[in-house]
Order: sequence, then structure tokens, then C-alpha cells
Amino acid sequence: MKRADLDLIVALTRGRAGLKVDPEKIYLIESRLAPLARREDFGSIPEMLTALRERKEDRLAWALVEAMTLNETSFFRDREVFDYLASEVIPALARRRAAAGGASLRIWSAGCATGQEPYSLAMALDGRRGELGGVKVELYGSDLSERCMEKAQSGMYTQFEVQRGLPIRALVDHFEKQEEMWQLSPRIRQMVRWRRINLLADLTPLGQFDVILCRNVCAGLEDAARAKVLDSLSQRLAPDGVLVLGASETAGDGAFLPMAGLNGLYQPNPAARAAA
Amino acid sequence: MRTCLIVDDSRVIRKVARRILEDLDFEIAEAGDGMEALAWCRAAMPDAILLDWNMPLMSGIDFLRQLRKEPGGEVPQVVFCTVESGLDNIRQALDAGAAEYIMKPFDGDIIEAKFAQAGLL
Repeated sequence: MKRADLDLIVALTRGRAGLKVDPEKIYLIESRLAPLARREDFGSIPEMLTALRERKEDRLAWALVEAMTLNETSFFRDREVFDYLASEVIPALARRRAAAGGASLRIWSAGCATGQEPYSLAMALDGRRGELGGVKVELYGSDLSERCMEKAQSGMYTQFEVQRGLPIRALVDHFEKQEEMWQLSPRIRQMVRWRRINLLADLTPLGQFDVILCRNVCAGLEDAARAKVLDSLSQRLAPDGVLVLGASETAGDGAFLPMAGLNGLYQPNPAARAAA
Repeated sequence: MRTCLIVDDSRVIRKVARRILEDLDFEIAEAGDGMEALAWCRAAMPDAILLDWNMPLMSGIDFLRQLRKEPGGEVPQVVFCTVESGLDNIRQALDAGAAEYIMKPFDGDIIEAKFAQAGLL
């Protein structure tokens, strides 16, 4: 691949989504863009990039950026996070909201790829409605990739995907077999709403959330983009809300304080809020 | 070291599963059908059993039902590993006392994840 082509890919992915792309890892870039080039009827990746330069087609540029995102996910990835959220964090927040006269709890899985994370939470909460003090849980899933959101919305997964992390009891309780695929029950599908969201955009219109999961997303971002995303998320979180990052990720520079109990869980830092 | 009995009439499957489970620190025994598996279990109950469904002489589900009637037969954690991927099969397996269920084809990640789900890792 020519240097100019690599530069274009890096510039697009960095500029539009803050993604960290190593131009030395040509194999990785080619493996992600080759399926897009085929889908778009180009003979090769360079041919697609030439067309992109000539046509300056925004849709194709976004398709390229989306193809470069890492969509690694699985059901109940790091099982203990879901157990802890469903048994401790969410019931405690729900009781607090109920005591204050609130009727709902808003939970956002940001950068959730093909939707396994919010669906895992939906399944984990499904059997615990009695512990939520009558508070309605609203679950939202978002990703940069339109294709991922379409798949998430369908609730349709391959046999391979339902065998990664999903206990067999959950498969029996919540899925139906559709030929070679497995589809989540309408009851679980209806618990989650989906939207394509670029975390670098203005997130203010989304309102406030009680729990935000953004696990293993920031790790793929440039430093400046990561800082911007964490700052935006801190502003979307209720003062007593909880941010959930990947177990090995940290929330940076003082906007959040780590919670006891589990690695990767953070609460807004009241001192930082007061200063802001 | 914990023990796992691999029950499958395919020598190739047994060999692949053995390699994966040995990497997960299990000591392995092999059986080619349900009757042979019962003989192994009567001699010494393993901690885990990776169990095919369709086999000559005695199927996996018949073996599991018989196993649970044997003295000490409640001990092994049983993980089915089969091409049978219908919900009815899975429900039958769970009703008979299986802890987890793998639909073939499988790889090392799936076996590891399923054994972890079954509390075996």
C-alpha cells in the first residue's frame, strides 16, 4: 500500500473518530478494509481510496472509518462486571431514585459494537425487576458503526457468538433458533434502544445517565480523543452515577474517582465538578 | 490435577479436545461410547466429562441419565459437546444434569469459556 493511501486512512480515522491507527500495521489495515472494498464493488483498496479522493463522498469516508473500528465483544465479557452491576450498583441506584421520587434509571452502553454488552445487562436485570423498587430501567446501546447497530437491533447472532461468554441457561431462556442463527427474544430486544453515536460529537442532547459503560473503547483512541470522550462522559453522568471502563483502563485526570469493589468502576469526583 | 473424561466416538475429536484440555491442566481419559465411559466412571469418577451426543452402543444423553444413578455419579460436571444444536436437545441435556453445552464446531476458546461457566476453571 502506498504511503499516501496510508496517510489518507490515518487522517480520516483520526480526524473523524479519534481512532488510533498504526500505519506500520499494514496487514491489519488491509484485513479491515478489504471486505469494505469488496462490498462497495471496488477491485482493490487503492481503487477505493482513489474513488474517495475523487468523489469526496461522505458516506464512503464514514464507511471506511467504521470499518477501521475494532468490534471485539462478547456476551458477559468479564462476567463479574455484570454480576456486580445487576446485583449491587443498579439496585442501589434504583432505590435511591425511588426514594427521591424518580421513576427511571438510564443506562448507556457506549461503543458497544454489535450489542452483546447491553443485551447481557438486559438479561442480567431481567430476573431482578423486583429489586429495582418499581424504577424502570432504560437501556441504550450506541456505536460509531451503522452496520453494528443494525446487527445489534436484529438481536441475531451466530452459533460462534452465542458460545462466547453466554451461559447455556441464558441461551435457553432468552434465545430462539432461526435456522443457523440465534435470535434474542423480543422481550430482551425491546429492553434496549439503539443509536449510531460518534463519541467525539456533542453528547449534550443525549441527556443524563445513571450508569455509562464505555469498556475497552478509549484504549483504541488517540490521547486527545480519549480525554475529550472521558470529559464528555463525565458531563453526561449523574453526580452519583457510575462510569464503567475496561478492568485495565483508567479514567484519567481527576474528573472521576475509582470505586471500591471492582476494577474499572468510577464515580464523578465532586471536587472536579465543583471546580467546573 | 483434576481429571476429565472425553467421550466421543471420533478419534480426531478426542485428540483435539485432549490437547485443549491438557493445556487447561486436566489429566485426560478417553472413551469411544457411553458404555465405555460408564466403565471408566465406575472405576474412578472424573471431575469433568466432555460428552458427545450421538455415539454407538450408548448415546451421550443415555449415559448421563445412567451416570446420575450411579454411586458418586452426581460428582462429575458434564459438558456436552455435540453437533445437536436444537433447543430441545439442550433442554434435555440440562434436565439430565449437564452443566454446560457446546455446539460443534468448537475451538479452544469455546471449551475454555464453557468449562469456566461450569466452574471447572
